[in-house]
Amino acid sequence: MEVKIKGMKHEDFKDNAYIDKLVDELNATGANVMVGKLDQLINWGIANSLWPLCFGTSCCAIEFMSLGAARYDMARFGFEVARNSPRQADYIMVQGTIVHRMAPVLRRLYEQLAEPKYVIACGGCAVSGGPFKNSYCVVPGVEHILPVDVFIPGCPPRPEAMFYGLMQLQRKIKVQKFFGGVNRQEKINDFFAKHPEERGRID
Amino acid sequence: MSDIQERISQLCPSATFEEGETLMVNVEEKDWYGLAKALKETKGLEFDVLSAVIGMDWKESLGVIYYLTSTSRGWEMIAVKVQVTDRVNPMIHSVSDLWKVANFQEREVYDFYGIKFINHPDMRRFFLRNDWKGYPLRKDYDADPKLNPIPTEDEKNEDDTVSYVEGKDGKIKAVPGKVFEENDYVVNIGPQHPSTHGVMRFRAAVDGETVKKVDVVSGYIHRGIEKLCEGLTYPQALHFTDRMDYMSAHQNRHCLCMCIEKAMGLEVPRRAQVIRVMMDELMRISSHLLSFGCTAMDLGATTAFFYGFREREMVLDIFEKTCGARMSMNYNVIGGVIADIHPDFVKDVKELIRIMPERLKEYHKVFSGNIIAMNRLKKVGHLSKEDAINYDITGPSGRGSNWSCDCRKVHPYSIYSELDFEEVLLDGCDSYSRYMVRMKEIEQSCKILEQLVDRIPEGDIRAQVPKVIKLPKGRWYQQVEASRGTFGVYIESTGEKNPYRLHFQSPCFNLVGVMNLTCSGYMIADLITIGAALDFVIPDIDR
Repeated sequence: MEVKIKGMKHEDFKDNAYIDKLVDELNATGANVMVGKLDQLINWGIANSLWPLCFGTSCCAIEFMSLGAARYDMARFGFEVARNSPRQADYIMVQGTIVHRMAPVLRRLYEQLAEPKYVIACGGCAVSGGPFKNSYCVVPGVEHILPVDVFIPGCPPRPEAMFYGLMQLQRKIKVQKFFGGVNRQEKINDFFAKHPEERGRID
Repeated sequence: MSDIQERISQLCPSATFEEGETLMVNVEEKDWYGLAKALKETKGLEFDVLSAVIGMDWKESLGVIYYLTSTSRGWEMIAVKVQVTDRVNPMIHSVSDLWKVANFQEREVYDFYGIKFINHPDMRRFFLRNDWKGYPLRKDYDADPKLNPIPTEDEKNEDDTVSYVEGKDGKIKAVPGKVFEENDYVVNIGPQHPSTHGVMRFRAAVDGETVKKVDVVSGYIHRGIEKLCEGLTYPQALHFTDRMDYMSAHQNRHCLCMCIEKAMGLEVPRRAQVIRVMMDELMRISSHLLSFGCTAMDLGATTAFFYGFREREMVLDIFEKTCGARMSMNYNVIGGVIADIHPDFVKDVKELIRIMPERLKEYHKVFSGNIIAMNRLKKVGHLSKEDAINYDITGPSGRGSNWSCDCRKVHPYSIYSELDFEEVLLDGCDSYSRYMVRMKEIEQSCKILEQLVDRIPEGDIRAQVPKVIKLPKGRWYQQVEASRGTFGVYIESTGEKNPYRLHFQSPCFNLVGVMNLTCSGYMIADLITIGAALDFVIPDIDR
């Protein structure tokens, strides 16, 4: 099985090994024909109407605005409806540094997203703390507080890089299992099992 | 200079003086408030602008350096240094009743150094969480992450405040207070809100739909840049400037480079100067275009946003060709610029200048003359000239209140004194004036570019600089006109290769300081448009 993204060839992606591994995992568990087809339909729907939550803390947010403007036009891929409320969004794209004061707020926003939900760490600061890693109040990467699906490096990433990252998310969604053993959900559960005290405390 | 020195000696006999780049007045804490009042009110001195408040830790003492400017004396600047030796409970008299801008500035100093300001109305932390342990910019700060782990709980809303009031007998006692009144209905806006232009949080007390008071809660993107700089060499510290006000990246970096060059006594080649100024003006155009787009979008005019971004992409293309990046360009370096201009640079800039007047007309047709925009912006967010000066609101927002404060005119730096451009001044004192100043500044920036584009001289793009840059012992302060106002850099050096203290005086910090003043009495919906017209960038406030 090949994960298809419109307008982008399989060999144009650089980390096919990772997606192939997910495909193998999916194949190994096996699925009912009916459920499998339904899965594909649902995933196709989710992947092509990903609505972001407006969550930009610094420079990357301005590049994200460029992504929404006419030249890059993310509407072509179904990413355009940037939502201001987490209840209506599918994924949270963390654009910018997360500092101590922001960390609980971000966690709360994540918890408020409706399932299925995804996290993209966009830009050096969200990936690892970036140039501010050594600061006294910077979270060194959002993966310390959230389970991240896609990392987009750059300072800030070019709009093309953001597209690449968003397409990777689409590919990941296309191989997820909506019914039965949901491989993504397990990962999220694993993450929170490793960070137990946080989940309990944040309502 | 000496006449000021004489007059200050008369006002405060115990003051001592240090010569330097600007005259530095050393004053004892007990005399400080009296001197400040005299400096502001004495005829012939009239230091009406408090340009910078810089907290300091000299190890054996803590203190504050105030940079004061007198507009009536041709924007002459002096610095005043106040020191206290008590590290456990340091206290300095507040000047927030003389210069309103000091209100937030002193809270910042309290946050970083733990210096309490006597008679300050609202002594709370500003950037850090209210349960933060320690004062991070002190030299003996314990940065152990165990002391301040990544928090997992929301902090409590801080409704209580404290004020250290000096009684008649000279005794200081802490007087608890409340941020809001007992029966206030408080609406929370932010930190995750698309129209606060970043992660700013406002708590607005409303009476029906009318705003009574706005409490600014900042620090949701406070990254501790000033502390980080202290551990880096000068060339390493440069890149932070691009990430503070990312819409004034070139100007900010220009400022820091100039400050270091001034300290080194380095002459920047003419070609580099011209390129720098051109980049600054391109950045200003890009910033004002974004501001136009965002103001329009905050009012619901999404189409205008696309128009603004269309031209902004042209500017970004110019940056990309020459600097290699669309944002965070990292272009200026100490002694010049990092790379020569792209062969297409002149052509692209000419194209931009050619189309801009047409496009501006289009903007005015689409948005500026629109009845909804006029109703939402005109006579909203009144800020008088006196308040603009007192709150040190510089940049387009200050000039929208008819205050002539353009740093390019009052402290001409680089090659600005040779250029022919007008300082745009409007006297509406409202959101619409601030917005229109920006639109007219785009024209002026184009005018500057037009003068320079065919006259980029040949020559080196950077001066020879030593591999290891060490500044001599001393202190320097440099200001430039960034897109949003006067941006200042203060460097204190002990002769090492890293700064002892590097302070960034950001214009947006002052802009957010007037939110309470400009929003009170207007509708809650106007809070968004007032914020949009003031056009602050949050990472510049928080640093």
